[in-house]
Amino acid sequence: MPALCELDDVKVHFPLRGAAAWLRTVKEHQASVVRAVDGISFQVQAGETLGLVGESGCGKSTVARALVRLVRPTGGHVRFEGTEIGSLSDQAFNEVRPHLQMVFQDPAASLNPRLTVRRMVEEPLRLHTDLGAAERRDRAEAVLVEVGLGLELADRYPHELSGGQCQRVNIARALVTNPRLIVLDEPTSALDVSLRARVILLLEELRQRHGLAYLFISHDLATVRYLAARVAVMYLGVIVEEAPAAALFDGPAHPYTRALLAAVPVPDPDARRDPFVLSGEIPSPIDIPTGCRLRARCPLAQPVCAQPVPYREVAPGHFAACHLV
Amino acid sequence: MAELSSSGTAPLAPAPASLRLIWRRLRRNWLSAAALAVIVLMAFAATLAVWVAPYEPDATDADAALQAPVLHHLLGTDIYGRDLLSRIVYAGQVDLAVAFGATALALLIGCSIGVVAGLYRGVIDLVIMRCVDSVMAFPAFILAMAITAALGNSVGNVLIAIAITQIPNYLRLIRGEIFRIREMEYADAARVVGNPAWRIMFIHLLPNALPPIIVQATLAMGYALLTMASLSFIGLGIQPPQSEWGSMTAEGAQYIVTGEWWLFLFPGVAIVLMVLSFNLIGDSLRDFLDPRMRGVR
Amino acid sequence: MSAVIEVRDVSVRFATDFGEVEAVDGASFEVREGEILGLVGESGSGKSVTATAILRLIRRPGRLTGGSIVLGGRDLARLGEDELQKVRGTEITMVSQTPRTALNPLITVGEQVARLFVLHAGLSKADARKRAIEMLAMVGIPEPERRARQYAHQFSGGMCQRVMIAMALATSPRLLIADEPTTGLDVSTAARILDLLRDLGHRTGASILLITHDLGVVATTCHRVAVMHAGQMVEVAPVRALFAHPAHPYTRALVRSIPRIDCEVAMEPIPGAVPSLLNIAPGCRYAGRCPWVEERCRQIKPGMTEIAPDHLVACYAVEDGRARVV
Repeated sequence: MPALCELDDVKVHFPLRGAAAWLRTVKEHQASVVRAVDGISFQVQAGETLGLVGESGCGKSTVARALVRLVRPTGGHVRFEGTEIGSLSDQAFNEVRPHLQMVFQDPAASLNPRLTVRRMVEEPLRLHTDLGAAERRDRAEAVLVEVGLGLELADRYPHELSGGQCQRVNIARALVTNPRLIVLDEPTSALDVSLRARVILLLEELRQRHGLAYLFISHDLATVRYLAARVAVMYLGVIVEEAPAAALFDGPAHPYTRALLAAVPVPDPDARRDPFVLSGEIPSPIDIPTGCRLRARCPLAQPVCAQPVPYREVAPGHFAACHLV
Repeated sequence: MAELSSSGTAPLAPAPASLRLIWRRLRRNWLSAAALAVIVLMAFAATLAVWVAPYEPDATDADAALQAPVLHHLLGTDIYGRDLLSRIVYAGQVDLAVAFGATALALLIGCSIGVVAGLYRGVIDLVIMRCVDSVMAFPAFILAMAITAALGNSVGNVLIAIAITQIPNYLRLIRGEIFRIREMEYADAARVVGNPAWRIMFIHLLPNALPPIIVQATLAMGYALLTMASLSFIGLGIQPPQSEWGSMTAEGAQYIVTGEWWLFLFPGVAIVLMVLSFNLIGDSLRDFLDPRMRGVR
Repeated sequence: MSAVIEVRDVSVRFATDFGEVEAVDGASFEVREGEILGLVGESGSGKSVTATAILRLIRRPGRLTGGSIVLGGRDLARLGEDELQKVRGTEITMVSQTPRTALNPLITVGEQVARLFVLHAGLSKADARKRAIEMLAMVGIPEPERRARQYAHQFSGGMCQRVMIAMALATSPRLLIADEPTTGLDVSTAARILDLLRDLGHRTGASILLITHDLGVVATTCHRVAVMHAGQMVEVAPVRALFAHPAHPYTRALVRSIPRIDCEVAMEPIPGAVPSLLNIAPGCRYAGRCPWVEERCRQIKPGMTEIAPDHLVACYAVEDGRARVV
């Protein structure tokens, strides 16, 4: 079965601008680029949730933005339902958009403050279908009800809604064109604890009912464990480990994943903490170390880690990029 | 999941009648309320000058020349016996119309070019902005003087001159706003949904970029009045016998030494009052225009 | 263990366009010598307002309408602004959730810490500098001599937070208030900041009031926990008791509503919504969401009862034994 969505060695590099970058170029005889995403590959199967986790600056949001074409990849292939969409013209890509939607991190900031809920949810229908006004209205209302918003909210403006309600509007807008894949970029991190639970359950319910696939991007590992079937871990622009959720959380192979899991505060005062800690901080994506990118911070690092790292299958369906596993 | 429909925190309170809210705001902000009243009053008086003004603005009365303020000439008369109050009211027609016209024209042109710069960016944006920079390199008043001197000082030309000096302000402001809003998450969301560039600009960016522009326009009304009065004061603006606050002030200035103070004072007060009023409401307008500020104390 | 600060029945009201809102309704708790007390709640629960009230920094349209805040024998609620000024920044200090904006971008980091020693301890400039570098080393900043000469923009978010902690501890305060100190930081950075707080609390003997919405942070860092809901204190308990035997229906729901990384349990969202504080009934503010609600809950606010040593709950259902504590 071909994957619903497949990224193959996708790179997103941003050229640095300004005097400092120019000086660097002169001194080091190479153009300064930020290698935000530096060759990543993964697949999202139809109806499946792939979790993409990592700390800020690892490039996970850039992957999302590249997928929905808010940035153009510098290299690699993006296939959606078997078609190469990376090279499509903007016009042709518009045909794909209704099937490939996105929900952003900040629920309130991703809604236009001057449009009503109804207009925002109807907008994709206006753009991608030839439904009449009445049909658009019906469809939008049906979706609003489905995401749990009362119709009395349909004529409100975003500032009149709570954060949880705003995020439901965002989900409704993404859902209204019956997409097959929704990219969720930290959809719950701006929400309060009790609202977070509701939005997570709503997302899961919608996925099951409509056979949706999610690319769920988050730094909240507990939520990822709850929602994702498979999880990919990003560090400094590359994927260092990918595995089924249970395998990854119970037996992380890559030291970075292990440190990440060890750092999550567990809501149980008697839980035993894994004392595994990385040293230092995430380096800038301009000066990426050679060999293993984690080498300078990893307590297990060996001389071999300076060599290019192979990305291997360490157990069935469990991939990791580490010399030591 | 029955309770899903009432998700999230309930909004703080039901929205009250907006009129009541505006009234409450105004009461808290009595200065801007007074300013608004002055502007509305002046605008009414000027539009209805035919009925409001006690005399014809050009009706001379040799017997009542240079009369100090009395009951039947509330603000006194000038050397030809023309009633000062009537002249000030009629002058308001020209002053407000030119100020409003110039501001509207500048707003329209400035925003249009700003939108073009925002839409196309790159080279077009660069060229436009460098042109703007060169216009802004001239002191605005000198520029206005030069334009009226070149075009001739009719009412229409004064309007155009003032408009030209103001276009760069709007252009810079709207371009800046558009560039800022373009990076907001809701602009990204609009792109992901598949909006074409023109829809992003006119539905998602421009309406959100306008509030500071409208505030700027209100402040600019005051500035336009001042520019016009100054042009007239130095004889480059609207010419007598057409009454205009600036030229009236200039005329009146000659009489200060001989003791006919009202000829200078009252047109001057009219200018100061109007400019002050426009400046005062500009700031409170900002709050009214922000949807997020509604219902916040 | 004696209390460093005792907060009794503190109430804070805010005037809005739609009427008065009681953002904090009679909160009582104490922070004891050398402990970390967690103050937990969702946004709008009044936890940050309570902290602001302790520092007497509530600004119009809000005001402190009642209660006492006793620190070392003095009631801060009754002190004048001059005396409060001497307490703030010396006896009580604060670490905020936006460390970067709290640092002055134009002065070197070392200088900012050193100024505190000149100001509060009367040290000479050279001595203050030496102490500042010691402080930076203590909060785990590598190469403190070099880093002291740098500016805030050269520091990462986690490092900025370490500097803030150094500055907060520079005056040897009795109480350090940390308001969501790890929100906005990455998990691994956050974990190390929490380790640091725990370790420093232990070493310097400072008591810490840690305000957070994250139960994981509470479980790993705090000794005792106070839970707030819609401006009311609902439960105060030692951390183990709170997680093992949560008593108040809100606390129980809260514990069950979070996704777990350590085990696979179903998540149950808290029923209902956080109530609007406008025209709210005088009783328990959880009444509208509570499965054990009865008429008097809406009429009279339940007082705090001790159901186990040191474990206080404000709930009639728990008091009567209708809601058995599991």
